[in-house]
Amino acid sequence: MGKKILMKGNEALGEGAMRAGMRHYFGYPITPQSEVAAYLSKHLPKRGGVFLQAESEISAINMVYGAASAGRRVMTSSSSPGISLKMEGLSYLVGSELPCLIGNVMRGGPGLGNIAPAQADYFQAVKGGGHGDYHIIVLAPTTCQEMFDFAVMALNLADKYRNPVMILSDGALGQMMEPVVIPDEVPIEEYDKSWALTGAKDRPPNVVNSLFLDEKELEEHNIKLQEKFKRIEENEILYSEYRTEDAEYLFVAFGLVSRIVHSVVDLARAEGIKAGLLVPKMLWPFPKDRIAELAEQCRFLMSVEMNSGQMVEDVRLAVNGRRPVYFYGRMGGGVPAQRRVLEELKSHIEGGTK
Amino acid sequence: MSTETMKKVYSIPESLRNRPHHYCPGCGHGIVLSIVGELVDELGVRDRAVGIAPVGCSVFLYEYYDFDCVQAAHGRAPAVATGLKRANPDLFVISYQGDGDLAAIGTAEIIHAANRSENFSTIFINNAIYGMTGGQMAPTTLLGQKSQTTPYGRNPNTDGFPVRVCELLNSLEGPYYLERVCVATPQDRVKAKKAIKKAFTYQLEGKGFSLVEVLSQCPTNWGMSVLDSVKWVKEVMAQTFPLGVFRDKGQQK
Amino acid sequence: MADKVGTVEFIIAGFGGQGVLFIGRALAFAGLARDVNVSFIPSYGPEMRGGTANCKVVVSDGEVGSPIVEEPDVLIAMNRPSLERFVNTVKPGGTVFVNSSLIENEVERGDIKAYRVPFNELAREAGAERVANLAALGAYVASQDFFTLEDMEGAVKEMVKGKRVELMEANLKALRAGYDFVRNLA
Repeated sequence: MGKKILMKGNEALGEGAMRAGMRHYFGYPITPQSEVAAYLSKHLPKRGGVFLQAESEISAINMVYGAASAGRRVMTSSSSPGISLKMEGLSYLVGSELPCLIGNVMRGGPGLGNIAPAQADYFQAVKGGGHGDYHIIVLAPTTCQEMFDFAVMALNLADKYRNPVMILSDGALGQMMEPVVIPDEVPIEEYDKSWALTGAKDRPPNVVNSLFLDEKELEEHNIKLQEKFKRIEENEILYSEYRTEDAEYLFVAFGLVSRIVHSVVDLARAEGIKAGLLVPKMLWPFPKDRIAELAEQCRFLMSVEMNSGQMVEDVRLAVNGRRPVYFYGRMGGGVPAQRRVLEELKSHIEGGTK
Repeated sequence: MSTETMKKVYSIPESLRNRPHHYCPGCGHGIVLSIVGELVDELGVRDRAVGIAPVGCSVFLYEYYDFDCVQAAHGRAPAVATGLKRANPDLFVISYQGDGDLAAIGTAEIIHAANRSENFSTIFINNAIYGMTGGQMAPTTLLGQKSQTTPYGRNPNTDGFPVRVCELLNSLEGPYYLERVCVATPQDRVKAKKAIKKAFTYQLEGKGFSLVEVLSQCPTNWGMSVLDSVKWVKEVMAQTFPLGVFRDKGQQK
Repeated sequence: MADKVGTVEFIIAGFGGQGVLFIGRALAFAGLARDVNVSFIPSYGPEMRGGTANCKVVVSDGEVGSPIVEEPDVLIAMNRPSLERFVNTVKPGGTVFVNSSLIENEVERGDIKAYRVPFNELAREAGAERVANLAALGAYVASQDFFTLEDMEGAVKEMVKGKRVELMEANLKALRAGYDFVRNLA
């Protein structure tokens, strides 16, 4: 059954990763993800693991690259500006097909920005960010419990597909405390790691590499990667729904914002407005089929985000012109207020009847 | 004894693949490659060795080593080596970097890996030039030396001074062993091999960070004949980068 | 003692150093011990180093929706800027606790219940002015019937565990003093 304890989201992320067998963490200090490193520096050595504070984000992601090459479950975490620095390494990790977990506890940007919660790194996470054609699996927790659960899921998915997995969280989810149920055992999935660098004993040498100077070879490598991404899109999807059965107006929101909008749905329903909510908990792959399906029964959709309108583009792609898709967002650390979101919803309802 | 020596000289080490490499005629990289191969054989560590291929002229190292290899991003070999060695301390990790990789884009990584005394061996090839990209100024380019990006010679007022890596790292507590050698003559090759063997042995003994800097001739980008280039290493380059042992904690006792 | 809490949303605010986050965490710990759902979200970063601090807590029988409390049922204002910033966000019918040791202003809204309690004085009498936050927590406990004084004592002991043991006695005394003060108003 496990035990229920009060934890910060950042701590839950670290604990979940450790429970899933992550024993190597490399990171560099930055707010608001500091508690991930603080927690792991305290607990990893006690569990026979390695915590290393690197000289930079760039070094940290390359240490992850090294440890992942050795076949270990490995993790780094940071907040937005630090994640930008890791982008080169991320591209190499994907190119070399190395599994790892990357936590992004997002803050306001661009540039140094601020340390308030934000969701402005959506594009960076789901559309690339580093160079080259690639995807990483992106998980978006909404509670401290999901920070824990998704860390476990992320490490399993990373090994399953030999691909980095990112947990896209934000400063508020990282800093807030909620009860987290820590099960006695978590499901650790074992996958083949015969590709790892363990020493060429009784086998031909293994090479971990993303360099293919010959155009044909590199294209073949890319085709292989794209086939993998397609497989991921076919097999992995994660979302939840709230009061969508008869919804005429569908909100789409992820992470912290989905909880605010959850409350907005109740406010709207209390006024007789049939609102519903779809929460993508995996941002790549995106639950586009389900959104398209729900669009059929709705008058319009509305994406609410802590950015200038990023996920809304994917919602529009899913809806493909069949219904209007509106957007409401706050930037720079602003958090959408429930009443304001409700007003926005109503203004579009009224606008639509004119 | 003498037959054994003969065998070593005339056979390709098991740790190297029997294939032509892409280094230019006369280049020092090829010599160091064969030294590494011989030593991995001699120390019997092939089945737990991991070589790190950097970005630069030695980018294809994994095509030549016949043991496990990983390609690192430009300058990040010390971080990759740290990750590997921390993840699996039984691995024998050989990090190999050129001067642009180690002393320009990867300065932070090498200093901090050395400062933590990470237990791997670094071979640092200093040829005072960016070779692979066609001969631009390196952090180790000598004052007055011409390159593609210092067509009038390196000017300290605008281009700074040559970075002396062994001396720089010697200011840290962390490193266990630092030596600068060259591979200009057969005698130098013998000394270089001795130094690299020492670095490898220290790793096997778990002593911590070792770096062997090898002054290496680059006749192609220096625009010299091979003979002139080895002469230049000994007579000119070694003035700025004196050969010798800078740190050997194994000899202090 | 009631066995349902419904949904109660808190904003607790004051100067950095007044222990407002401690109040919030104590509520969360006590809620967890009573097996209701809780969320606690602090202001963080430079804000907490010397400036103002606040935290938002939700305690609920059901799932906690938004942890970002916008319209609290309960406001605990440890200083004047906090009262001014948040008093108009309190839900009609809600409650505000005003630290009358530091705040001269009256609460002008007629649709909320206001308790003026001299938290600093009560804490000083309990042994240390720095435990004024515990007096505030005690005052809140006296105003409702879900959380008991024992719940809060348990939460405080759990949180302090081995740290600042010398303050434990003052903590518990201040908690009770705040509680008694509000009880005696009734």
